[in-house]
Amino acid sequence: MHDEPSLIRRLRAGDQEAFEALFSRYDGSLRRVATSFVRTPTAVEEVVQETWLALVKGLDGFEGRSSLQTWLFQILVNRARSRAVRDARQIDFSSLQDDDSPAVEPTAFGGDGRWRSAPSRLEFDPESRLLSAELRSELVTAIDGLPTQQRVVVTLRDVIGLTAEEVCEMLELTEVNQRVLLHRGRSRLRRELGPFSNEAPR
Amino acid sequence: MRLWRRRRPPLVCREFVELVTDYLEERLTDAERARFEAHLAECDGCAGYFEDMRRVIATAGTVSAPPDPHTYEVLMRAVRDLRGED
Repeated sequence: MHDEPSLIRRLRAGDQEAFEALFSRYDGSLRRVATSFVRTPTAVEEVVQETWLALVKGLDGFEGRSSLQTWLFQILVNRARSRAVRDARQIDFSSLQDDDSPAVEPTAFGGDGRWRSAPSRLEFDPESRLLSAELRSELVTAIDGLPTQQRVVVTLRDVIGLTAEEVCEMLELTEVNQRVLLHRGRSRLRRELGPFSNEAPR
Repeated sequence: MRLWRRRRPPLVCREFVELVTDYLEERLTDAERARFEAHLAECDGCAGYFEDMRRVIATAGTVSAPPDPHTYEVLMRAVRDLRGED
């Protein structure tokens, strides 16, 4: 949003077009992040609606110290976390879940630490330079299947595109732990999308 | 995770794959980055792995959910109720 002060003025004045623009830009992202915290469609729906309502009510008190986007996601993360607690799904970032599996399974490397054979490549679409449509849908499933801390961090960083700083602040994570979770999550996604060696299919 | 402090031998692939995020996040020192890039330039296996990781990350940026029409109604009702009249 280029001109935030003017957007905020319009929102405060109840300008429908301004809300519509904000909604189409962020509702899908909010939904994705909510899904990374709470698991039922009802809970996702509630958390996202609560977030929008909190935005409408909180606009007058919004001081613009963070961007509107950061504020919106912070509201969502707070709601989603307390909802997860209510559903007895504690989501705690004060210590890392015990998962230090290597990025690539050790059997892919020889005793000298080099690839036994060059790793298989993921299929991609040469035009978009993104993963093929099939792998893209597998990626969505793989993100949903990540351990909670990794799922939340990967969603905020890679799906939504927030900065490391924003995510650390939102989740009260140290910079190092944020990066560890991001690395484990991304590496796990790569592993889920296909074996590294054609000789040893999973 | 980073134990090496002495003069370092060239990276091997097993180490390379653990540094991909630190590299992309620009958290490597100049020396570490040079070592990473040197390996990337000479190892086809790691170059392929690295490119695939970048594609995974870029593709993740395209999987957001679509906006929900019902939530839109709820939002606009709240906007009218709370803000519309002033």
